[in-house]
Amino acid sequence: MATMIQAIRMALHVGEERLGVTDIFGQDVGPPLGGIFTGTQGLKTAWNSPLDERGIVGMAIGLALAGQKPVAEIQFCDYAFNVIDLLKIAGNIHWASAGDWNVSLVMMTPVGAGIRGSIYHSHSFDAQATRIPGWKVVMPSNPRDAYGLMLSAIADPNPVMFLEPKALLRVKGQPGEQIPGEPSDDKALSKMIDAPLGDRSAWKPEWPKLGEFYVPIGKARIACSGNDVTVLTYGRNVPMCTLAANELAKEGIGAEVVDLRSLHPYDWAEIKQSVQKTHRVLCVNEDTEITNFGEHLIRRITEELFYELHAPPKLLAGAHVPGVGLADALERATVPQVSSIKAAIAMLARHEP
Amino acid sequence: MISSLASGGIGVPSTAAELKSSERNELVPDLARKVHELMLKARVLEERLIAMYKQGDGYFWIGGPGEEALNVPLGLLVNKGQGLDHDYLHLHYRSNATVLAMGADPVDWLRQMKSTATDPYSRGRNFAGHTTIRKWNVVPINSPIEVQFSVAIGTAEAQRKAKSKGITIVQGGDAGTAEGDFATCLVWSSRKGSELPLLIVVANNQYGISTPFEGQHGEAHIADRAKAFGIQTALVDGNDPEMCTAALTEAFHYVRTQRKPCLLEATVSRLYGHSSATGAKLVRSEVDCMDHFEQKLEERKILTRAQMNEMRARFTAELLEASLRVREEPPPLPHTIWDYVLADKNNVGNGKGDPWQP
Repeated sequence: MATMIQAIRMALHVGEERLGVTDIFGQDVGPPLGGIFTGTQGLKTAWNSPLDERGIVGMAIGLALAGQKPVAEIQFCDYAFNVIDLLKIAGNIHWASAGDWNVSLVMMTPVGAGIRGSIYHSHSFDAQATRIPGWKVVMPSNPRDAYGLMLSAIADPNPVMFLEPKALLRVKGQPGEQIPGEPSDDKALSKMIDAPLGDRSAWKPEWPKLGEFYVPIGKARIACSGNDVTVLTYGRNVPMCTLAANELAKEGIGAEVVDLRSLHPYDWAEIKQSVQKTHRVLCVNEDTEITNFGEHLIRRITEELFYELHAPPKLLAGAHVPGVGLADALERATVPQVSSIKAAIAMLARHEP
Repeated sequence: MISSLASGGIGVPSTAAELKSSERNELVPDLARKVHELMLKARVLEERLIAMYKQGDGYFWIGGPGEEALNVPLGLLVNKGQGLDHDYLHLHYRSNATVLAMGADPVDWLRQMKSTATDPYSRGRNFAGHTTIRKWNVVPINSPIEVQFSVAIGTAEAQRKAKSKGITIVQGGDAGTAEGDFATCLVWSSRKGSELPLLIVVANNQYGISTPFEGQHGEAHIADRAKAFGIQTALVDGNDPEMCTAALTEAFHYVRTQRKPCLLEATVSRLYGHSSATGAKLVRSEVDCMDHFEQKLEERKILTRAQMNEMRARFTAELLEASLRVREEPPPLPHTIWDYVLADKNNVGNGKGDPWQP
């Protein structure tokens, strides 16, 4: 099974071969490195840009205005904060020009904690991203979804932010999550598409014959079914919530983990259906808890499904502190862990109205 | 003499060689009359927009009275059209004369000022002077004073890679060059082997709202900054349309043929202050490019004072009449806020609120 970063790379390859991708660029994106997480190795349209995030996003907007199909990378979302106004412009061009122009581009950026990335490699971006209308925002939790969401993002006529949960980039897919066309042997795939260490000047990838598989933007996925508590989450927290749910199942608590996959537009129909079944809601993400995307979901659930609720909805999110500290104990204390997710689900399940 | 500018309409520049062989940069009479007419139309348009604001027919005025001598020749030199083989324009909110010289209808500015549903540039969403015309590669003008410098590199890069005939033009003021996007523009456009066909025009009006040039800039000329990047530079008196025509023609020719960036810094006037926020009153101490050019045309017997007065009166009456018509055009309906949020399913909303909220 491919890892998530291999899946993203294969999707970008399909993008440049079949979906018109013209430019995949950013700091260290082109050869020889091919991305600091290896996401752009061997891609024919990949190129290195100056270390200038405003230039990277401005370039992407300009290329899109000129009818190209760019995929721009901000190396870590922590470095996207100085381009917020350009992201706003990408989001408002279609609206401000009353439909005269649209910018079809993808911005991909690794997000979140989990790799001991310290203060400037652990930020989350979901709250910021969903604050910028005109964009679609997606975040996969497994390689197959990463592949399918990237193809959908590329095909979309709007700017799409592809948030990469960096802690999952090297995690392999589970049985049944195969990407159409990927070799079943991990080592064979690696030999085909992973650049060798050392001199790579003569290396060329050998791409498998990949199928087109689209995960529609705006459609959630039930990662784990249950009747007692709905857990609304995405990205890195999906496998953590699923693990917590599996452990709680042994105690007789059934948690339904909804992997949103798209943060905007999000799948309200799926959320509503799950909440109407379980009557209890937990939102889990790593972003700082004040003005958090989960707060929006809770606000809407409270407004529209108030009489369905048997317990106060709960948000489990990152601590509202200025960064994620490097030391293991600090990182763990800052963002949700399996233990805290498990405790929150159990507390909701046992809550008596 | 410059004679071939905009022959047949738009976009056929003189060659640099022709310019150099010319002893003076005087425009031939027909072209001088055309440039004058467009400058005058642009000026009268600005005056009408200011009047509309002051009469309560608009919420805010910002524009470019005092930049006509630079912006009219710029508009006439553009290779107008859609796609990579034509020129992309990343303009600023003082560029009305450029878009007007390209052939846009002045009444559309009145519509944008009045925030009508018929405003073709933004359907009542944006300030006057924030034009966008995709069929002519005029990308949407934004209120931030610097972002166009970062976005322009993208259209220029697409043209570089396609080896197309078109170039990209980006324009901003002196104040905007203090922002990092200006440095972005210089860095990305001058990378060795990947130089961009980009004409950078800085209209230096010596002010950032209320702060004088000296309070913001240590460099003698903004253009000097581009020299460090190996970028071709030029300075021009932006109040003289003939000097501007010559300098722009040369700059266009350089970028078009060399496929490399060029920065042209033009000293211009800000005749009505920053915007309506500073009163939009005529600043008599500023040089007025119209006065100087009209005096020259009179001396050369290309136009008489009476002819010019008649033209001004006619344009003023036409735009006054148009503004009264625009006053009767419908405002945008409230539910249209949901139109064009995204470019696919909800391109135009259904009038029942946010279509993304099932």
